[in-house]
Amino acid sequence: MATQHSRSAARLMMAPAVILLLGWMLVPLIMTLWFSFRKYLPLRGGDQGWVGLENYARFISSSSFWPAVQTTLIIVGGVLIITVAFGIVLALLLDQPMWGQGVVRILVIAPFFVMPTVSALVWKNMFMDPVNGILAHLWKFFGAEPVQWLSQESLQSIVMIVSWQWLPFATLILLTAVQSLDSEQLEAAEMDGAPFLKRFWFIILPHLSRAITIVILIQTIFLLSIFAEIFVTTGGAFGTRTLTYLIFQRVLESQNVGLGSAGGVYAIILANIVALFLMRIVGKNLDT
Amino acid sequence: MGRIQLNQVQKKFGDVEVIPPLDLEINDGEFVVFVGPSGCGKSTLLRLIAGLEDTTAGHIEIDGDDATMLPPAKRGLAMVFQSYALYPHMSVRKNIAFPMRMAKIPQEEQDRRISSAAKALNLTDYLDRRPGQLSGGQRQRVAIGRAIVREPAAFLFDEPLSNLDAALRVGMRMEISELHKKLATTMVYVTHDQVEAMTMADKIVVLHAGVIEQVGSPLELYRNPRNLFVAGFIGSPKMNFVEGSEAAKHNAQTIGIRPEHIDVSTTEGAWQGTVGVAEHLGSDTFIHIHGIPGCDPMTVRASGDVMVNHGDTVYLTPHEEHIHKFDAQGLRIG
Repeated sequence: MATQHSRSAARLMMAPAVILLLGWMLVPLIMTLWFSFRKYLPLRGGDQGWVGLENYARFISSSSFWPAVQTTLIIVGGVLIITVAFGIVLALLLDQPMWGQGVVRILVIAPFFVMPTVSALVWKNMFMDPVNGILAHLWKFFGAEPVQWLSQESLQSIVMIVSWQWLPFATLILLTAVQSLDSEQLEAAEMDGAPFLKRFWFIILPHLSRAITIVILIQTIFLLSIFAEIFVTTGGAFGTRTLTYLIFQRVLESQNVGLGSAGGVYAIILANIVALFLMRIVGKNLDT
Repeated sequence: MGRIQLNQVQKKFGDVEVIPPLDLEINDGEFVVFVGPSGCGKSTLLRLIAGLEDTTAGHIEIDGDDATMLPPAKRGLAMVFQSYALYPHMSVRKNIAFPMRMAKIPQEEQDRRISSAAKALNLTDYLDRRPGQLSGGQRQRVAIGRAIVREPAAFLFDEPLSNLDAALRVGMRMEISELHKKLATTMVYVTHDQVEAMTMADKIVVLHAGVIEQVGSPLELYRNPRNLFVAGFIGSPKMNFVEGSEAAKHNAQTIGIRPEHIDVSTTEGAWQGTVGVAEHLGSDTFIHIHGIPGCDPMTVRASGDVMVNHGDTVYLTPHEEHIHKFDAQGLRIG
C-alpha cells in the first residue's frame, strides 16, 4: 500500500491542512514576539517603534508579576489535586453497579458541557452570593455568619468553581481506566489477604497511574489559561489575578500591546517550565 | 492440612440456581479435578470454596472448621487464576512477595521463601522482570509461585493451562503434578479438558449443570461410568453409543463401546459399515465408520498400520466384556 508514490501523494494532500494549522499557530506567535519588542499604545500614539527588551524588563519588575505567577500556580495545583482525588473516588463509586447507572453517569458528566462563563456566573449569583446564595442560606441555617466567598475567600472560590467544571473530565477518564482493570487481579489480591485500602493502594492506584498522568497533562494545558471564570467573578481583584489575567489587563485595560505581548512570552515560558516538571514527575508513567 | 467438606452447598444468581445443593468431600493431600463442559458450574464451585462468591445455602468446612462466612483471605487457600492475575506494575519478586507482605511476614523469611519457590519453579533468573516481559509459561509459574509462598492449606486452580499452547500445556501439566507429589498439599483443579483431568487427578468430580454426576478415580470413571453423560465425557475420542435393536440384544436402551474396544476387519465381523474420514495420528488411526444401525458415525481406533480408504467396506466386532449398558434414564445397568 504505502509505496513511495502513494506516500508522496498523501503528503501532498495533507499539505493544505498542515499549512493552515501551522499558519494558525505561527502567525499569532510571531506577531506576539514582534509586538513584545515595540512600544505600541493603540490609543496613545500607536506603534512608536523598537524598544528592545524594555517591555520584558517592565513586565517582570512590575509588582503584580510574581503574585500573578503564584496565583496561577495555586489555581492550577489546587484544581489538579481536587479533581484527581475526587475523580478517583467518583470513578470508583460510579463503577459499582447501581440502579439508574446511565442517568447518573450523564448527570456527572453534565457540568463539563456548561460554558465556563455561564457556570462561573451561576456559582457567583446562585451559590456564593453572600445575601441570596444557597451557601449563605446554609450558613444562616446553622446560625453562622455567611462567608463573603468571592471577596474573603476569593482564590479558594475560584479553585472551587474551576474544579467543579473539570471534575467530570477527570472522572470520565478515570472511570474508563477503572473499568479496564482486570477483576481477577482484584480477586487475586483479595485472596492474598489485601483489605480494600491495600488493594486500592497496591493494585488500583498503579493501574490508574497512566490515566492520572493524562488527566494532569491535559488539565494543566487548559488550566494555565483560565480566564472567563476570573473575569465574571472577581475581575482579577482580591488576589485572583493570574498571569493570563494580568496580560489581559495590560493589553486591554492599559492599552499597552507591547507590554502585554512581553507578558505573553513569559506565559509561554511558564507553561513550558510547568510542562517540564510535570513530564519529569508523571511522564515516566507513560513509558511503561 | 487441607480437608475441605461441602455440606448441601447451594448457589443461586438471582433466581437462577447455578448449583443445586451438593455434598462433596476433599481429603487432605488429594488432587481433585472438577471437570465438565463450559457453564456447568465448576468455576463457580471453586469460587465458592475460595470465598470469592457467597453461598446461598449450606456450609463449607475447611479442616473441620466452618468457613462459610470467612473472607477469602482467612481461609488459608491460595488460588491460581485463568488469566494468572499477576500485578503488571510489580516485578516477579514483588508479585511473589505480595501475599507475604500483606501477612506481615518478616523480610528474611520472605526472602527465604521467594528464593526456594523461585528455585523450584525455575524463576531465579527472572525475579527482577515485570510480568509483561515473561512468556505465558513463565507467568503461569509466577502465579503458582505466588500461591506456594503462602504455604496454604490447599491450592485452587481455575483452568490454569487454558491460555497456553498445546506443547506447553503438556509440560505444565507434568510440572503441576510433580509439584503436588513434592508438596503433598491438597489441590483443587478446574478444567474443561478431560485429558487434563485423567492425567492429573487422584479424584475426578464430573459436573453437569451444577450437579455432580460422578466422583471417582480416573480409571474408575473410565471403566465404570455411572451414566451416559460421564461415559460420553470421559475418554477421547468419545464413547460410541448404539441405540435400537443392537442395544435391545443386550437388554439395554443404549449400549456404549469405546473406540479402542472395537476390532476392525475387512473380511468379517458383527457389524458392516463404510469407511468415512480417517484421522491418522501415526501411532493410532481413528476411523469414522458410517452405516452402523443405531450409531452414525461410529469411531473406531485402529493401529497406525491399518490402511483403509474412504468408501471401503469394513466389519466391526465389539469386545463383549467392554460393552457398557445403560437404561432408559441413562443410568448404568450391571
